[in-house]
Amino acid sequence: MKRRDFLKATGATLLGSASSVAQARPNLEPAPEAVGMLFDSTLCVGCKACVSKCKEVNGMPPVIEGDAVQYDSARDLSGDTLNVIKLYQNGQANQKDQEVDGFCFEKRSCMHCVDPGCVSVCPVTALRRHPKTGIISYHVDACIGCRNCTMGCPYNVPQFEYDNPFGQIRKCEMCNQAGVERIDQGQMTGCAEACPTGATLFGTRNELLIEAKRRLTLKPGDIYNYPCGDVNHPDSWHEQEVAAYQPHIWGEKEAGGTNVLHLSAVPFDKLGMPPLPERSYASISEGVQHTLYSYLALPAAALVGLSYVVHRNTRDSEGDSDE
Amino acid sequence: MSNYQPTGGRLLTLPVVLLAVIAGIGLYYLGLRFVHGLGAVTQLNGAHAWGIWVVYDVVIGTALACGGYALAITVYVLNKGQYHPLMRGALTASLFGYALGGLGAFVDMGRWWAFYNIFLPWNMNFNSVMLEVGLCVSAYILVLFIEFSPVLFDKMGAQKLRNALNKVLFLFIALGVLLPTMHQSSLGSLLIAMGYKVAPLWQSLHLQPLLALLTALTMGFSIVIFEASLVNSAFRRHEETPLLSGLGKAIVGLLTVYLVIRFVEIILRDKLGLVLAFDMNSVLFLLETALFVLPLIVLLSPAKRRNGRWLLTAALSMLLAGTLYRFNAFLFTFNPGPGYSYFPSAPEVMVTIGIIALEILVYLLFVKILPILPVEEKQQSH
Ligand code: SF4
Ligand code: SF4
Ligand code: SF4
Repeated sequence: MKRRDFLKATGATLLGSASSVAQARPNLEPAPEAVGMLFDSTLCVGCKACVSKCKEVNGMPPVIEGDAVQYDSARDLSGDTLNVIKLYQNGQANQKDQEVDGFCFEKRSCMHCVDPGCVSVCPVTALRRHPKTGIISYHVDACIGCRNCTMGCPYNVPQFEYDNPFGQIRKCEMCNQAGVERIDQGQMTGCAEACPTGATLFGTRNELLIEAKRRLTLKPGDIYNYPCGDVNHPDSWHEQEVAAYQPHIWGEKEAGGTNVLHLSAVPFDKLGMPPLPERSYASISEGVQHTLYSYLALPAAALVGLSYVVHRNTRDSEGDSDE
Repeated sequence: MSNYQPTGGRLLTLPVVLLAVIAGIGLYYLGLRFVHGLGAVTQLNGAHAWGIWVVYDVVIGTALACGGYALAITVYVLNKGQYHPLMRGALTASLFGYALGGLGAFVDMGRWWAFYNIFLPWNMNFNSVMLEVGLCVSAYILVLFIEFSPVLFDKMGAQKLRNALNKVLFLFIALGVLLPTMHQSSLGSLLIAMGYKVAPLWQSLHLQPLLALLTALTMGFSIVIFEASLVNSAFRRHEETPLLSGLGKAIVGLLTVYLVIRFVEIILRDKLGLVLAFDMNSVLFLLETALFVLPLIVLLSPAKRRNGRWLLTAALSMLLAGTLYRFNAFLFTFNPGPGYSYFPSAPEVMVTIGIIALEILVYLLFVKILPILPVEEKQQSH
């Protein structure tokens, strides 16, 4: 009879919750006025003006290796580097934008994902996606330092300050964090403003996607007048021969897409971009979580069923046991 | 009256002193972490944000502490009252395992002083698996303490309190079954959001919670067998083998379900080639699988199941299997992309070993002082 009770209670629990089980959700859609950047690797000359500018905007010290005083020598993102330019090299490394025997530069900073893993996993909502601009911001007051955001970010972007006993997470907030607010004030991002070749271009996600698609239709070897600064009202233009682009806009679809888009002539996996499916891991994780627990309804229903069974069984065994 | 009693005996034995020394070393390095930051003691870096503290102390430590959970299901949900004598021992071990898992999570928290943020409703992100784990584990530690408190009441002779608690204890027992079901599965779900960084053989996406729960349960049953045999031999007590072999049967069922699901997932998602690639990941997978299969073979034979030594071997193998499964998924095969690697520093390892030593130490002292282990067969009322 105990087993029957158990099955009955379990059955009721499952039935009761089945109706309220949340459906696995699809990927999030881009924010209505999503702002972002287009990084075109074929334009980047590796001057790292954007790295210096980023440090200036965010009040972070330059990383200096040896005598390289003029330039920032940070190798990767860290608690005091939100933006790096990485070098791709192969063989002779004398041909710009070639996979074999070539070289090129790749920007690493927060991609401002459309369906951000960091936001999904943060237990205390310390990372948030702005409802209009889609900018992913960080709120230190809530953060407990669990670093799940680093683990849940496909690009390993959020960086904890490990050398500080009272550290925090650091990440690019599109130059729009409290105290900086460049976007709110109608300015563009620091890195886009500093870029001399238009390799880092600021704009809305829609405009940047149009510009990126246009570039993919250009013929390699032709001359194109590349805009610099803000794609909507460029500060200047930069004429350059069109490179042989990979027919792929990184960030249009990867894991739900990103607001920071990349173009390149060298395959993206060679540049260290991760192997991402179109479905965001965040959407799968949230779907599983909500299906299992259906917010708090399922656990509550399960508790009622379990208490009933346990109550019966502890009573039954009162004779031979004292608990 | 109670059918548990303290084992008594000298408190300051050699093992106790040794354990205390190891725990002391761990605490020293833990102190450094709080003064100089996580980077001074650990090898954590920009992409390996979780090291052995999270993976061993929290993910594995709490799974190893599932004895109370597994036994509560057996005794109270499936109503197998004959296992009741094992309950207090298992509960005590669970309480320490979880408490130290909580401690491990706390010292790993980069902003530990702000930990209370997770309990503030306006901060809670219900999409986050981590939130569920944090809240559930905290609640379960509390529940374990309440379930354990009759031991203290017995010791103090506080019969009134004890009777009052008995009236509502069933509620806490029910919570003690529900909460681990939730957070042990969620500990597996943590892997989903890490996506491609988790090696394909361990990235089962939707199945993560189920596989985590099944292995946590088998680990729970195994730890009960393991602890009971260990305590019995250490204190030269009469063996509880017939009782324990029944638990062995439960493990057979769970293991079979686990292995079937694990391999069906691998076959359906076309990952069988990775199993036979004989690179590091494949070797780790094969080793892990062997550790899962060995107890299955042992426990399928009724004769071996009733043999104390075989039973212990099976339990040990099962514990290693579940532990390796978690290490593999979270740490050994974890690959966040080029340019990053992680190997724990000696101080980092010492902290974890220190925490384990502390756990065993307190357990040993508790069973000597408090009425936790069952009295010998002949004195028992049934
Ligand atoms: S947007 Fe601002 S914070 Fe982000 S990388 Fe560019 S300069 Fe740095
Ligand atoms: S790149 Fe990483 S940190 Fe940036 S929004 Fe995406 S998930 Fe978050
Ligand atoms: S480290 Fe902070 S921001 Fe990152 S997931 Fe944890 S609480 Fe959220």
